[in-house]
Amino acid sequence: MTQETIERPKYDTEAFRKARSGRNIALGLGLVAFVVIVFIVTVIRMGANATPHF
Amino acid sequence: MKPLPMTEPAAISPRPAIPALWSDYLQLLKPRVMSLVVFTALTGFVCAGAPSNPLLAGVAILCIAVGAGASGALNMWFDADIDAKMRRTRGRPVPMGKVLGAEAATMGVVLSLFSIMLLGMTTNWLAAGMLAFTIFFYVVVYTMWLKRWTPQNIVIGGLAGALPPAIGWAAATGEAPLNAWLMVLIIFLWTPPHAWALALYTSEDYAKVGVPMMPVARGAASTRKQIFLYSLLFTPVCLVPAFTGLGGPAYLAIAAAGALVFLLLAWRVFRSKAGDAPDERLDGEDRLYAVRAGAKDARNLFAFSILYLTLLFAALLGEHLLGVAPLELLK
Repeated sequence: MTQETIERPKYDTEAFRKARSGRNIALGLGLVAFVVIVFIVTVIRMGANATPHF
Repeated sequence: MKPLPMTEPAAISPRPAIPALWSDYLQLLKPRVMSLVVFTALTGFVCAGAPSNPLLAGVAILCIAVGAGASGALNMWFDADIDAKMRRTRGRPVPMGKVLGAEAATMGVVLSLFSIMLLGMTTNWLAAGMLAFTIFFYVVVYTMWLKRWTPQNIVIGGLAGALPPAIGWAAATGEAPLNAWLMVLIIFLWTPPHAWALALYTSEDYAKVGVPMMPVARGAASTRKQIFLYSLLFTPVCLVPAFTGLGGPAYLAIAAAGALVFLLLAWRVFRSKAGDAPDERLDGEDRLYAVRAGAKDARNLFAFSILYLTLLFAALLGEHLLGVAPLELLK
């Protein structure tokens, strides 16, 4: 069985990999920030609607 | 004027030619426009004077900013064909080939939906609905329809840029009273003299791509006259908040002094040769002097218009934060 050599396209360079890694980190931070914001908003809104039971 | 035919959308290009950094995606959101939106929306929020949780207030302003940014990304996707040919815009990520048009469009749609939903969840659905309307108006009515069709593009389209204070006010109180719409009216009437002053010395760019900006479609002389007429309309409106309880004495002083300077600069533009072609009868430097001097007048008005609007909203914000605005004193 002959091993096929996959020719990498020209655009797949170190610069592209570095840029992709930076974008992934930014996207990850954005998603974490979104989850934290939704959590905080939910807690505050629920707190405002809560009535004391005493 | 006949609408400009759309060129092949950038969305179909297979892959970017240059690696896109995260900052290129940030650039799609037009951070400078976002900062103005944040400032005016915050002013609207604070002027509403309703007590609110600072965290929720921060999230509300963030949502309005992200919504504005999302509409910027959609604008860059749709206008990539003309952006590539204009000096002012050819360095944007889509025409540069750093970001695919489809990515810009996707980012715009996703961020629009997220910002509208989160604003509704955080504050109320009136504010969220107004944000949705603003995005729709900017992207569909202005970018897709008016911009390439009529010289009144920025007059009508300016509404999208004017709405953030009312969204901020609605986010704070759940309603949008007349004082909120007065702030909208100020930005709405400010837009034509501001944008046309810029267009007077960048009209070559717009002519090249066939966008019927006023100097291209009606000529420089007509634009200069309309700048002055809109300035006559705009400056008195800036004084009105001082008589509706929205602005106090500091606001009135800034609005009145700034209005005089604004009118003087608009008059100078009206009397200048800004936007005209060089006079063929004159030689060398003399030939260009009148035009250059006129362009300087247009630049002065453009720069002062930004300063004036900033000062007006800063005065409102300052007075309400310090509690010295008439509306605050009545409470």
